[in-house]
Amino acid sequence: MDRLDVLESRSVYILREAYARARPLAMLWSIGKDSNVVLWLARKAFFGRVPFPVVQLDTGMELDEVYAYRDRYAKEWDLDLVVIDCPPESEMDPSLPPMTRSAARKSAGLANLLADGAYKGILVGIRRDEEATRAKERVFSPRATDGSWEFRDQPAEFWDQFTTDTPENAHLRIHPLLHWTEIDVWRYTQRENIPVNPLYFAQDGKRYRSLGEKNITAPVDSDAATIDEIIEELEITKTPERAGRLMDNEAEDSFERLRTSGYM
Amino acid sequence: MANATNVQPMTEPAIKARPAPERQMRVVIVGHVDHGKSTLVGRLFHDTGQLPEGKLEAIEEMCRRRGMPFEWAFLMDSLKAERDQGITIDTSQIWFRHDAREYVLIDAPGHREFIRNMVTGASNADAALLMIDADQGVRRQSRHHMYLLQLLGVREVAVAVNKMDLVDYDEARFRGVEAEYRAYLQGIGITPREIIPISAREGDNVAAASEKMPWYTGPSILETLPKFRHPASADEQPLRMPLQDIYKFDERRILAGRIESGALQIGDELLFSPSNRTARVETIESWNTDGPVTRAAAGESIGITLDEQIFVERGEIISHEADAPVESDVFHARLFWLADKPLEIGTSCELKIGPSRVDATVEKIERVIDIDALSDHDATSVARDEIADVIIRTSRLIAFDDHDTLPRTGRVVFVDRHLTLGGGVLSLGNYPDQRQLVTVRGTNLTEVDHRVEPEQRSARNRHKPGVLWFTGLSGAGKSTLAMALEQRLFDKGYQVYVLDGDNVRTGLNANLGFSPEDRAENIRRVGEVAALLADAGMIVITAFISPYRTDRDRAREAAGSAFHEVFIDADVATCESRDPKGLYKRARAGDIKEFTGISAPYEAPADPELSVDTTGRTIEACLDELVAYVSDNFRKTD
Repeated sequence: MDRLDVLESRSVYILREAYARARPLAMLWSIGKDSNVVLWLARKAFFGRVPFPVVQLDTGMELDEVYAYRDRYAKEWDLDLVVIDCPPESEMDPSLPPMTRSAARKSAGLANLLADGAYKGILVGIRRDEEATRAKERVFSPRATDGSWEFRDQPAEFWDQFTTDTPENAHLRIHPLLHWTEIDVWRYTQRENIPVNPLYFAQDGKRYRSLGEKNITAPVDSDAATIDEIIEELEITKTPERAGRLMDNEAEDSFERLRTSGYM
Repeated sequence: MANATNVQPMTEPAIKARPAPERQMRVVIVGHVDHGKSTLVGRLFHDTGQLPEGKLEAIEEMCRRRGMPFEWAFLMDSLKAERDQGITIDTSQIWFRHDAREYVLIDAPGHREFIRNMVTGASNADAALLMIDADQGVRRQSRHHMYLLQLLGVREVAVAVNKMDLVDYDEARFRGVEAEYRAYLQGIGITPREIIPISAREGDNVAAASEKMPWYTGPSILETLPKFRHPASADEQPLRMPLQDIYKFDERRILAGRIESGALQIGDELLFSPSNRTARVETIESWNTDGPVTRAAAGESIGITLDEQIFVERGEIISHEADAPVESDVFHARLFWLADKPLEIGTSCELKIGPSRVDATVEKIERVIDIDALSDHDATSVARDEIADVIIRTSRLIAFDDHDTLPRTGRVVFVDRHLTLGGGVLSLGNYPDQRQLVTVRGTNLTEVDHRVEPEQRSARNRHKPGVLWFTGLSGAGKSTLAMALEQRLFDKGYQVYVLDGDNVRTGLNANLGFSPEDRAENIRRVGEVAALLADAGMIVITAFISPYRTDRDRAREAAGSAFHEVFIDADVATCESRDPKGLYKRARAGDIKEFTGISAPYEAPADPELSVDTTGRTIEACLDELVAYVSDNFRKTD
């Protein structure tokens, strides 16, 4: 087995554990490269189908190409797509910096989705190498109903035995892609021929490295117009992946505050 | 920027798929708190020019704002809470490239509070780097972490003796620590790749050789990393695939699971344990692969269909018929305990073994292991962070492997609902593999009914039938009482017969030896014969030590409600003073291995129908008690 086979096999194992032990189960689909890979892995795990709802937390602020991708592949892949409208920014914690406040709309949308204990398991395509607080995540991460994360008191997780039982009123965030890196995602996308949103490819010296809402995400300087060129770029870059995610850099602890209160 | 809203998938094949990169090497960094783990990582990144852009400046700024000197460790300790406390509170991981290989450095906390996070970080590691402070020397956590790593299955180890700058780069100091720790590693069966004197803060022997330690000619940390190897492929080992789930999305019934060792191919006859059912592989199912799959091997998550629709459940272990896992409901576990509440004899919890779950009870705590002295001591409980050998009894038969042979199917996690209590590695020890005892080999069996009813038999005999199952230590008085009771009951007109240990071994069980499996089979056959004789209307008295509860429970199952467990009770000292066959003397001399009560356990009945204490009592007194019991329970009054 090569490196991608090893990563894929473990992710498939995690997805199958989630489906066996954390139902009702749903998956968050941000329609970016990572959650597209999770969808693909789900089709691997379940032999061509995705046997749970796929939820988009919609702020209405995604880039046009993101909506186009969603509409096309939800149909082609026969997805059970659920679109949740996120509450407006005016309802967010006013103590958060402005762009972080905007991002917090997604946590609020997710809290609404989970409000009446509708789901026990939520699949999320985050990776440890994306951001320091995500590096501390468990594969199966128990959360209180409001989504808050007790990173100081996480259960032990070893030998691929995951915490699949939850206390009352809690749910599980399940992270099948946690052990992948950004380059792994691109290599796998290339190997499997997963459709790619054209926003990831450079035009006029800029490309999106990470897709977020258009008001809080910026493209980065790049000439990478193919997956090969993206991989070459990533092999030498020293710029963090989320450099274009403006909210991360508003304050030292912006992203950490978002995550402890339920952000993905 | 792109303005096309029409999304085009990548349809034209990629120019030429790039060669798959080498597998990641996952290295966990462990050791006592403050021995410099996070500092080493920061230093490695800096010295190899891999710090993300702006990170150095960000840390400088952060330290300046807090009014403290520059701290390398902040690179990993990037959560705010940690920066304030100055200790790593959870495992963090960081990616690092060197010499065409990618490393994941897993920073595990050294603070004693957070062992469970270290276990979490270390369990997925391929290798470990242990840090020891040259000034402070080998500490408890230096030993504890390595012992845990060894239990978790990490075998590739290197040791960094850090803070050499604080001891003036003194060779004698280093050699002292090196010798002490090498001896410890040897005691737990680990040979380190290297033991390296370094100063993480100053960069000595981190990425480059140190000019301050000319006496050290071995490799630096950076030169040691490429020496770590991935474990050899498990393809050649016996097949094990725990059944994870069964899908029926369409007309196919797909059994899903991950092959933990070995390989399978289409047409293979598979054995499911513990249901002991068999079927053949019809297809190996897959999606988006280059053509049909005919074989799969260790590490792969796959799906198969079978030629027969047998009833099997999540959690069963799939193997070939040869080289199957063992089956038992009682076994040894060496465990590490993570819960605040201590483990005690009688503690109930759930075991997770692969996807399987089973209720379990701690039957015995054999020893708690002293991590520092590598010695054992008796204990009645196991506290958090302790390591102990225990005997576990499960509520039903489970399939597993001896951890030393097949680690991935030889380990369990202890849970109580959503709480993870600990982990352990398994072995059968002297307990028998029960597979043969529960396997029904015959097929197409149809039982026929007798024409004589049980009531007719007991009416003629004027008593009810039954099995009086005597159990107790050698010398407790089982045979003596059994034969005397047989005589008394016979004289009173009962149809009665004794099955005695040595007697059946010359005939019915002449082909059995004294292995754990043969001992268990010996008892199984006696249980079945006793049940047949009881079915024929007789009272059967059996006189066997039958030390294992599992074996007696199986005999009870064979005879049903006619079964009466009679505990012939006497303490070891009393039995040894009687020693009618001279066996205790021989056992004490070491001539007899595994002698019950001396060198092998006796599991006393938990809830026997009758308990007869023979200590300090005459045979007659005991006999009267037994006869009264038979009169009360077997005599027909009409």
